[in-house]
Amino acid sequence: MAVVFQKPKALKDTLMHYCPGCTHGIAHRLVAEVIDELEIEGKTVGIASVGCSYNSYDYFSCDMIQAPHGRAPAVATGVKRCRPDCVVFTYQGDGDLAAIGTAEIVHAAARGENITVIFINNTVYGMTSGQMAPTTLLNQYTTTTPYGRISDLHGFPINVCELLATLKGAAYIERASLHDIKHIKKAKEAVKKAFKVQLAKKGFSMVELLSSCPTNWGLSPAESLRRIEQEMIPQYPLGVFKGEDLEV
Amino acid sequence: MGQKRLMRGNEAIAEAAIRAGCLYYFGYPITPQTEIAHYMARKLPERGGVFLQAESEVAAINMVYGAGSTGTRVMTSSSSPGISLKQEGLSYLAGAQVPAVVVNIMRAGPGLGGIQPSQSDYFQACKGGGHGDYRQIVLAPASVQELYELTVEAFNLADRYRIVVMILGDGILGQMMEVVEFRDEELIEHYDKPWAVTGHGNVREQNVITSIHLNPAVLENMNRNLQEKYELIKKKECRYELFRHDDADLFIVAYGTVARIAKSVIEMARREGIKAGLIRPVTLWPFPTEAFEKVMDRAKAFLTVEMSSGQMLEDVLLAVNGRRKVYFHGRMGGMVPAREDILKVIRDMHEKHVKNYKAAVTAGS
Repeated sequence: MAVVFQKPKALKDTLMHYCPGCTHGIAHRLVAEVIDELEIEGKTVGIASVGCSYNSYDYFSCDMIQAPHGRAPAVATGVKRCRPDCVVFTYQGDGDLAAIGTAEIVHAAARGENITVIFINNTVYGMTSGQMAPTTLLNQYTTTTPYGRISDLHGFPINVCELLATLKGAAYIERASLHDIKHIKKAKEAVKKAFKVQLAKKGFSMVELLSSCPTNWGLSPAESLRRIEQEMIPQYPLGVFKGEDLEV
Repeated sequence: MGQKRLMRGNEAIAEAAIRAGCLYYFGYPITPQTEIAHYMARKLPERGGVFLQAESEVAAINMVYGAGSTGTRVMTSSSSPGISLKQEGLSYLAGAQVPAVVVNIMRAGPGLGGIQPSQSDYFQACKGGGHGDYRQIVLAPASVQELYELTVEAFNLADRYRIVVMILGDGILGQMMEVVEFRDEELIEHYDKPWAVTGHGNVREQNVITSIHLNPAVLENMNRNLQEKYELIKKKECRYELFRHDDADLFIVAYGTVARIAKSVIEMARREGIKAGLIRPVTLWPFPTEAFEKVMDRAKAFLTVEMSSGQMLEDVLLAVNGRRKVYFHGRMGGMVPAREDILKVIRDMHEKHVKNYKAAVTAGS
């Protein structure tokens, strides 16, 4: 029988530890499919960060480095500067990238560092059990905003794509969503373009993927996907924020 | 030896690094070591390398982590408050066994402190400034010539043991100018780095650089491997200088700039008939306890002199282990110990441990 669907080569054939209904698995798959299609696994170095995806090196087949919390763009910079022919990507969550790692992501983008960033935004710290993230929506309940995120107390959500798009060094910035098949297909195109931008040496590329966290949201997987569509997208509109016309 | 040049200490470090094959530097400005960055910014592009001014010390050490993970010789430099910021990264480098060279040209603390020379980061450098059971090799040069030679050696040691090597200098060493004689050819040791993360090229298994092991048994095993490596380094890499030690009965223990002052004090003491000598640790970790065994028979007492409140003093006390009295003289805040003050302590020690000891022995017999 013909094989019509299989695991990408860039993903190992192993069980993932992610919770049922979590979209990390989809995000991993998209990155791996793109690595396969561009035939770059042999020269790719991935940087895992701190958070639920700390051990993504157990899932991706390429060479990997596990970085300190928030520092993945700096670690990626060190790799890329020494090995410009390697394809270097970071895989970071919203706490990692938009809180503790704000300086590293802003300056990697400002330098036009020729790396690709996969940014998982699920509006919550997943691994440490559901605390407020910089991207937590107003009025969202988390373990550290038990009365809801109140702007007077906790400030406002950070729109990372919009922020980084103001920087000249950022070549390609897109926000996509993983809440249904149509959007997943679009997300894959975004990831692919981001890697192609790096291969074409055009500078910094980042794709933000709106993701779910059923466990910490206290919702079923299906409800979680609906929440992305109904609550997250209004705050985090989808689209290309930088490099729409970039030919790669 | 070959070409001679008059150089500032910081520049000698930078030139040495380049000669040792380090073409990648990531750093952030801070007095009194910034000349290292200036030199690298000028020279590395000429040699096909990369100088990058990072957004912070934190970012700089993580760029070093990334660069070192590719098996490339890499360094960063800073001064005390900046080195504090690098501690998280240093702990990761230790855990993941990524080789790198880190220079600390110490200034006085705590806090923002001042920009004058100090030795008050000894604990941080030698006892593990970051979290976890880890060590780094700490080298303490005492001249511009030695800054050059030990920096070259630091890269060899880092690669040999997959460890961070710290050059621990102070503001005087960084800023002073002396003649340096460069070797015609550097003694660069080359090591295979099959662990390096460079893309597997579809020809080998995946390489992973990591320090996380959530299984405690695995993590304990990793720690045991680290400790075994540290024991090997302790056995093989202790370095020290003994000065005027053959006939000495009183010993000053000092490193770096203070060791130079101590040598001058020892000559002054000898003109007064006091037989003083010097133990100068060159490796601060591993601490050269062997030097103490060599002189213990003859030594009547020790005097530790530091530009701190007494940090190396604790290692001296451990090495002497109660067998002799250990005195201490220190200055802090960027103040430098004066020869006369040290000599005064030496005279008192001579009075108590040599003259009176002789009198007591004579009376007893």
